[in-house]
Amino acid sequence: MEDRGSARGGRRKYGPHFSTALNRLGYYLYGYRHFSSRIKGGHTNNKIRISTKPIRAISDDLDILVAFDQESIDLNSHELRPGGVVVADAKFNPTLPDGVDARLFAVPITAIAEELGTSLMKNMVASGASWALLGLPLEVFNKAVEEEFGRKGPAIVEKNVEAVKRGAEYVLELAGGPLEEFRLEPADGRQKLFMIGNEAIGLGAIVAGCRIMSAYPITPASEIMEYLIKKLPKFGGTVIQTEDEIAAATMAIGAGYAGVRAMTASAGPGLSLMMESIGLSGMTETPLVIVDTQRGGPSTGLPTKQEQSDLNAMVYGTHGEIPKLVIAPASIEDCFYDTIEAFNMAEKYQVPVIVMTDLQLSLGKQSCEMLDYEKIPIERGKLVKDAPPLEPNELFKRYEFTEDGVSPRVLPGEKYGLHHVTGVEHDEAGRPSENAQNRQKMMDKRLKKLKGVYIREAIRVDAPHEAPDLLMIGMGSTGGTIDEARQRLAADGVTSNHVTVRQIHPFPADLLLPYLKSAKRIVVLENNATAQLAAQIKLHCGFADNIRSILKYDGTPFLPSEVYKACKELN
Amino acid sequence: MATFKEFRNNVKPNWCPGCGDFSVQAAIQRAAANVGLEPEGLAVVSGIGCSGRISGYINAYGFHGIHGRALPIAQGVKLANRELTVIASGGDGDGFAIGMGHTVHAIRRNLDITYIVMDNQIYGLTKGQTSPRSAAGFKTKSTPEGSIETSLSPLEIALSAGATFVAQSFSSDLKQLTLLIEEAIKHKGFSFINVFSPCVTFNKVNTYDWFKENIVNLDQFPDYDPTNRVAAMNKIMETNGMLTGLIYQDKTRKCYEDLIPGFAQEALAKQSLDITREQFDNLLAEFK
Repeated sequence: MEDRGSARGGRRKYGPHFSTALNRLGYYLYGYRHFSSRIKGGHTNNKIRISTKPIRAISDDLDILVAFDQESIDLNSHELRPGGVVVADAKFNPTLPDGVDARLFAVPITAIAEELGTSLMKNMVASGASWALLGLPLEVFNKAVEEEFGRKGPAIVEKNVEAVKRGAEYVLELAGGPLEEFRLEPADGRQKLFMIGNEAIGLGAIVAGCRIMSAYPITPASEIMEYLIKKLPKFGGTVIQTEDEIAAATMAIGAGYAGVRAMTASAGPGLSLMMESIGLSGMTETPLVIVDTQRGGPSTGLPTKQEQSDLNAMVYGTHGEIPKLVIAPASIEDCFYDTIEAFNMAEKYQVPVIVMTDLQLSLGKQSCEMLDYEKIPIERGKLVKDAPPLEPNELFKRYEFTEDGVSPRVLPGEKYGLHHVTGVEHDEAGRPSENAQNRQKMMDKRLKKLKGVYIREAIRVDAPHEAPDLLMIGMGSTGGTIDEARQRLAADGVTSNHVTVRQIHPFPADLLLPYLKSAKRIVVLENNATAQLAAQIKLHCGFADNIRSILKYDGTPFLPSEVYKACKELN
Repeated sequence: MATFKEFRNNVKPNWCPGCGDFSVQAAIQRAAANVGLEPEGLAVVSGIGCSGRISGYINAYGFHGIHGRALPIAQGVKLANRELTVIASGGDGDGFAIGMGHTVHAIRRNLDITYIVMDNQIYGLTKGQTSPRSAAGFKTKSTPEGSIETSLSPLEIALSAGATFVAQSFSSDLKQLTLLIEEAIKHKGFSFINVFSPCVTFNKVNTYDWFKENIVNLDQFPDYDPTNRVAAMNKIMETNGMLTGLIYQDKTRKCYEDLIPGFAQEALAKQSLDITREQFDNLLAEFK
C-alpha cells in the first residue's frame, strides 16, 4: 500500500506509527520512499509492503493507495492492481482516472482532523482508515500512537487516538466492514526490528567501538551521521561535521592513527573527493572505514534515486596501487554485522575498508531479525601495547617486513613506539626512502596483506540446483527482487541459483567459480548502465560468452516483474 | 624531563643549506623541551612541500600526510587522544592554497592544537612557482611576467575566522620564535603562527635581508594589547602584515574538546570499545 501526496507539513510522518504497529504484530515490512531533492513541494510517496513471510523487495503493484491530493491519484493509480482501493481526502473531491479498475473511498480526512483541532492530524485519520480496511485490531495501533505522542501529554494522545478511530469508523461504514481480500493472516508474532540500513550501520559502528565520525552531509548518507550524533555522546564519542569530504576522510585517518575507531560516510560526490585520502590510508597502513551510500550519478546525478554505479570508483579509485577492501551488505542485518566486521578488517589488515550500500538499502525501512551484539567480537590485530625499549636513535619498525605483510602497530603516546608515518614511500621505520629494492619490497608487503582474505560470507549462496538453467548474481538491495523473480521463473519450470556478491574487492573469484561453471546461463543484475559487477566477474573468472546483464539505471529499484520478464527474454 | 636534544633524531633534512625551515625545526624542538614535553607525548603532523618534511626531523610521533590536509589529520589525532600535544605544520601553499578551506575551519573550530606555517612566498619543492603569499608583480616560473593576483593576508584571515591565538615570527629570530611556539602550545585552543621562512634557492626577492628591513617587532610598541581584536586588526593593516610577535590571544573562549557534550577528559583512544548488553538493548528499543 502507499501513502502519497506532496511534501508538505507532516506527510512523511504517515509511516512511523502505522509501520511500528504492524511490526509489533510481527508482520514483515518493506518500505520504499519516493522523494525529490527539495525541502517542500514536489510529489512524494511512501510505499510499505506488508507480509506474513520475509520480503525484501518492493511489489509490482499496489493494493491500497492513500492520496492526499488529486495529483497522487492521477500519477499513481495505474500502479493499482485490478480491484485495488483508493482512500482519498474528500476535501478535494477525488475522482479516478478513466479506465482505472479500483474502488474509491472518499474520507473527510482534513475535515475530521480540523474538527478535532488541527489539520496536522490528517495522517492519523488516514492511517486509521487504512488500518481498519486491513481488519487489524485498533489497540495495537493506539499503543504505537501513545508511545509517539506520550511525552506531549494525555490530551494530545487522546486526540490522536480519536482521529484514528474516526478515520476507521468512517471508512468501515463506506466499505461495509474490513475488506476481506486484504485481510491479513495473523503474523508469527516474533519480535523483529524495523529500521533503515543507515541506522543499522550507525548501530553497528557503535557496537564495533567506533567513537569518532567525521562527515559532511549528503543524501543518502546523512542518516548515519544523524544517528551517531544522537548516540555517540552516550559512549564518550563524537561526530564532527567537517568543511568537506576531504577533511572528513583525513580526520578519520588522523583519529585512526591515534587509536580510535573512526569512520566517515558519504555518497558518490563525496567519495570522489576522498580518493586521495583513501590512498593515504592505504600507503600509511592506517585503518579507515568509509561508507558509500550509492545514489544516481555521475556528478550530482540523481541525488535521491537508486543506483549502483560507484563500484568502479570504489575498486579502482585512488592513484597508485593499494590494498583495499570493498564490502557490500545485502540486507539490514548485513548493514549491522558488516559494519562491525569492516572496523575489524580495517584494524587487522591496516587498510581502508569501504562499505558499499545503495539508496534503497540505506533508506528503505524494513524488517530486520533481532541483532546480536556479541556475534562479531572486536579484533584489533597487531596492536602493540607496552613495547620494549629501543636502542638510542632507533625507531619502532612500524612497517616491519613480516610474513603476512601486516606490521605491528603502536599508537602515539606509547613510550617506546616512536616512528614516522608518511604517504611518501618509506622504510620499515617510516623514514622516506627512494631505494628501489625497498620500494619493491614495501609494495609487495602492502599488497599481500589482503591476498586470499575474505569477509564472513564473501558470497551468499542460494543454490538448490546442481545445473540450473540460470545463475542469477546481484549485490546490495537487489537480492529480494531476484528471489521473487526466481519464484515466478520456477513456476514456469526455469531452475535458478542465486549468488549475492558481498565482497566486491578483492574479488572472491575462487568462491564464485563453481557456481559460474554449473549454470547454463549467467545473469548479472545491477542498477547501473555499464555492467560494472559483470565486468568484475568476467575479469576475474571469465565466462564472458555466457554472461548476460540486466541493467536498470532510471533511478528506481528493480521490480520483480521486470526481472522475471528480462530473464524470459534472454538469448 | 626531556631536553631539546631528545627531540632531535638522526635524519638529515633534505632542505637547502640556509633554508629558513632549519630554524623552525630547532624552535619547535626547544619549545617542546621548554614546556616540559616528552617525545612520546608530541605528535607533529605535516603537509606536503619542503616544509612538510619537518615531521620526519623531530624525534616525536610524526605524520606526514597529503598536500593541504595536515590540519584535518591533526584535528583527528587530537580528538582521538587529547592528552597528546599536537603540532600541525606546512608551507604557505599547503595552508593557504590547497588547504585554505581547512585552515579557516580549523581556526573557527578551535581545537587545542598548534599550527605553524613556514611562509616563504613561493613553491620550492616544485622548483619555483607563485604562491598565494607571493606579492603582485612577483616573477616566478608560473608567472614569468609577474603575478597578476594579489597576495593574501593570513593574519587578517585568521582574525576574521575567529582565531584565539595569532602570532607571526621570522625564522632568523630563534628566540622570539621559540617563545611564541611555547605560548602557542600552552594556549588552550587553536594557535596559529605564521613564520617568515625564506627560500634561499627560488625566492630572490623575499630574502633574509629583505625581511630584516621590512618587518617590525611588536616589542617596539609597549602599549600594544594583544587581547584587543580591533587593535590587532588595525596593527596588521598598518604594517601591511609585516609584523612579528604575539598579535592576538583570547584566553576566555573554551576549546572545541571542552565544548563537546559528554566528551571525556581522558584520551578517547584509551577507552574501552565494548558496550554492555543493557546499553545495546537501549539502542534497540527505538526500532521495536
